[in-house]
Amino acid sequence: MTVFLQSVISGILVGGIYALIGIGLTIIFGVMRVINFAHGDLLMLGMYTTWLVFSRLGIDPFVSVVITGPVLFLWGAFLQKTFINRVLNALPQNQILLTIGLGLIMSNSIMLMFTSDYRILTTTYSSSSFSLGGISISEPLLVGFLITAAITGALYWFLLRTDTGQAIRATAQDRDAAQLMGINVQAMSVLAFGIGSALAGVAGALISPTYYIFPQVGSTFTLKAFVIVVLGGMGSVIGATLGGLIIGVTESLSAVYIASGLKELVVFVLFLGLLLFKPSGLLGKTRA
Amino acid sequence: MLQIRKLNFAYGDLQVLWDVDLEVKQGEIVTVVGANGAGKSTILRNVSRLVRPASGSITFEGHELSHVPSHKVVEMGIVQVPEARRIFPEMTVTENLRMGSFVKATRKDRERNMERVFSLFPRLAERKSQLGGTMSGGEQQMLAIGRGLMGNPRVMLLDEPSLGLSPLLVRNIFEIIKEINRQGTTILLVEQNVYQSLRISHRAYVLETGRVVLSGPGAELLDNAHVKKAFLGI
Repeated sequence: MTVFLQSVISGILVGGIYALIGIGLTIIFGVMRVINFAHGDLLMLGMYTTWLVFSRLGIDPFVSVVITGPVLFLWGAFLQKTFINRVLNALPQNQILLTIGLGLIMSNSIMLMFTSDYRILTTTYSSSSFSLGGISISEPLLVGFLITAAITGALYWFLLRTDTGQAIRATAQDRDAAQLMGINVQAMSVLAFGIGSALAGVAGALISPTYYIFPQVGSTFTLKAFVIVVLGGMGSVIGATLGGLIIGVTESLSAVYIASGLKELVVFVLFLGLLLFKPSGLLGKTRA
Repeated sequence: MLQIRKLNFAYGDLQVLWDVDLEVKQGEIVTVVGANGAGKSTILRNVSRLVRPASGSITFEGHELSHVPSHKVVEMGIVQVPEARRIFPEMTVTENLRMGSFVKATRKDRERNMERVFSLFPRLAERKSQLGGTMSGGEQQMLAIGRGLMGNPRVMLLDEPSLGLSPLLVRNIFEIIKEINRQGTTILLVEQNVYQSLRISHRAYVLETGRVVLSGPGAELLDNAHVKKAFLGI
């Protein structure tokens, strides 16, 4: 029983960060109907930003989210304004090519600057944990989860309660009608891509004390984010939150009870199984 | 107040509007009637700047709209209630109404406007927290008009508000449009329900395959032989 609880809790702690990655992707998709295949690479940029300010300025990774977030927000807003905006009405495959291309440019530029060496960011607490009722809880993962929870909470508040947040949701639900409300949908797109990138960047910062940092790390996370978003229902923020937690727990349980090398396999089997019965995802709307 | 001159518009190679001239004066209800596909909605989409005309001019109180982005058109006080309602399906009634007053200058009147909408449509007041997408067609139309009113419109553009409603609701909606006009909002209405809309209009235009073929006071057009034959089946 302890082993079970232990793995569920570790799964939830990791799943919270997965959720953050998924929420970013789903907001971008919701507002622009563009699947951002550079999402993992934005997360990678977040990791490198964190690593840089840690190794050069000695700023703690958890503190550095206040730098990583805004930096990635601006970068994402720039990408949207300069590139993505031009393909909003293009064919889906062209949009995919563009975001994949942007991702490749990002990862290869980082490789050029910092080589493809694996970096580790060792903090005093990187491997420390404490015990609670026989369950060991990793400190960096717990702090990461708490920050994630706070950010997710703030994001929900923003989307549900503020005029700008509601305008982002309105734009996602009906772009033309949003324009007729006096909403500048172009500005909302820039904002949405900025927020999505910032969330990916912050997730990168939060996992950097516990993951290897290297230029190609993004591809794993792009795939994972995609699975989370499709599982939860494309465009649904609550769906992505759930999806992230489910994937985190599934990975953790299958690593313990099956084999840690097979955890991804279990995730994909679960994913395909769910899509078989509910193609629109957990909270997705069936297409009319 | 709103003036359209020699408006030409095409979707690709297909020309939809031909030299359309149209004027709406302060305080009027002006209706554009015509069959499906005559180009009525396209006129409104041009005024709201959702699409760009091939040529011609649209001015609002002397300001040329051709370089104004659509969100600025709303800020100027031209508010469109689009065809098929287009309410935000996953937002509540209250949230939909709040979006109607997204424009900064209208936010201070939000509470007052909401009260006004609820007094015009008591049904909406009973359903404040219902999701827009789960409401009936009639309720969605009330919400769409209410949402439009939240933006303090000086001119309200209404695109087929009677579409898909029961005869009783249709009459109801036209009464409310008349009431909104009486309270001081100028109205440009686009309709296929020729009889009901001409009855409440000060002036009207008949659009056929993208051209204005007739115009005049609403009551006069109701008596016009061509209108009777083409639209009223008498």
